[in-house]
Amino acid sequence: MSTIGYESWAVDLADVGAVYPFQGWEVAMTIVGVAFWIGWHRIQFVREGKHLEEARQMGEQDKIEKMLERY
Amino acid sequence: MDGNLNALTTIFTEFYYWVTVVFMFLIHVGFCMYEVGASRARNHMHTLMKNIMIIPLVTVTFFFFGWWIYWAFPNFYIFGGSLDLESGAANLPWSENMGTNLDDRITGVFWAAFLLFSWTAASIVSGSVIERIRSSALWVHAVLIGSVFWIIDAAWGWHYAGWMVQKLGYHDAYASGVIHAIAGGYALGVLMVLGPRIGKFAKDGTPRDIPPHNPWMLTIGIFLIYTGFWGFYAACNVPLISPEVIGGEITGTTWTATNIYLAPTSLSAITFNFLMSLSGGLMAAYVVSKGDAFWTFSGGLAGIITASAGNDLYHPIQAMIVGAIGVVIVYKLHYWVERRFKLDDAVGAVAVHGYAGFVGLVISGFVLWGAPSSPFEGYATINPLGQFLGAVIMFFVLGFLPGFLVAKLQAKAGVLRIPEEVELQGLDYAEHHAYEDAKAQIIEADRAALAAKS
Repeated sequence: MSTIGYESWAVDLADVGAVYPFQGWEVAMTIVGVAFWIGWHRIQFVREGKHLEEARQMGEQDKIEKMLERY
Repeated sequence: MDGNLNALTTIFTEFYYWVTVVFMFLIHVGFCMYEVGASRARNHMHTLMKNIMIIPLVTVTFFFFGWWIYWAFPNFYIFGGSLDLESGAANLPWSENMGTNLDDRITGVFWAAFLLFSWTAASIVSGSVIERIRSSALWVHAVLIGSVFWIIDAAWGWHYAGWMVQKLGYHDAYASGVIHAIAGGYALGVLMVLGPRIGKFAKDGTPRDIPPHNPWMLTIGIFLIYTGFWGFYAACNVPLISPEVIGGEITGTTWTATNIYLAPTSLSAITFNFLMSLSGGLMAAYVVSKGDAFWTFSGGLAGIITASAGNDLYHPIQAMIVGAIGVVIVYKLHYWVERRFKLDDAVGAVAVHGYAGFVGLVISGFVLWGAPSSPFEGYATINPLGQFLGAVIMFFVLGFLPGFLVAKLQAKAGVLRIPEEVELQGLDYAEHHAYEDAKAQIIEADRAALAAKS
């Protein structure tokens, strides 16, 4: 048994195509990949919104002035 | 890969595109340096992170659907045509060609060459909106410009069978329009909604200069962009192909390099023209900006971008003059738009990419009037009207319009711009003070340990 479909390289390479593991599961892998991507946006969006709300109240006048002076 | 010649051609082509991809990575490094150098110290880390995360987000979405769009959309447009599902099928994310496949050694490197263009398109938009856009908002725009709109324009006008090439005679060999005009137009659309940074305009509307925090980072950044641009030019070519494989009207058996439309050119030609248009741009920008360093450097880039549409065929002196003319127009237009529309484009991306790309397409329509746009029979020849319409499609239809509309939706939902308080204190305020607090604590702990020992 081999996850890539070949257990040895005693083959004519002219007959070899895909050699990645779990061939036949490409659509399922795509669904997982898209879910990962969309999920990332969701997590980041929520986290950034929360952070910006907190950050509005965070600034101390003298520290902000120092940052402005620092340019 | 049967036979020595076939094997050599395949491996050469695979390696050729791979090298261009590595070179093009420098474009993104350059953009990051330029953005960070242009931003103020209180926004450095967020500015850098905003651009860095374009890389994975555009990469995965270009794998999921961007690449398929390129192959399926050449004749799918609003007034007719249909999706090419057959060509698209081999480029879907679940196709066997989109993975480790010993029977296909080209798709991965060809995909990557296009992908690096996608990063560039998104990165151009990223630079213009620094210091006030929410990262989450920019990253949605990055996916849209990088994996949807630019690749639709590439299918239409940067594909050997694209409808714009066939019907309009559209010619844009090194992407004046398909990368630069669209990205500049998109940035303009977002900027119109986003608004300027605090303090950019005085009460009477006079624009203030917001000088870069670190001019040397800008300088190195733009030089890296120049360097990556060499790779970009090479990536726009097919390095070696026979007339038999092209299957068009070319006769004989002479192998050649071609542009993306499979029409003949050479690396020699584009090397002449790259350097001469860079030089024309630098010289014109130096004069028109009265020696301003950053306008001069950007002018070099704008010179190349203006000449890029026709740099596969121009004479080097033509490339130089076209580059110079473009820069003068771009410079004047930048300041007129800034004053008239109160536009705060932090890195001049709309001008250097958008206006230069637009102007370059229009100029090439006259200079290359009547030249074949393609080696295939029945295609329209290059002409001024076709190039002008192409420029409008790139800049306004696929660039400005989507950028403006999506930004409007984001603004309406209150998720486009950071709060005013955060803009003043700086996006890095929390991280900066967490760093300072952590530093103070560890120094205090070390001092205590030292005192206990002595």
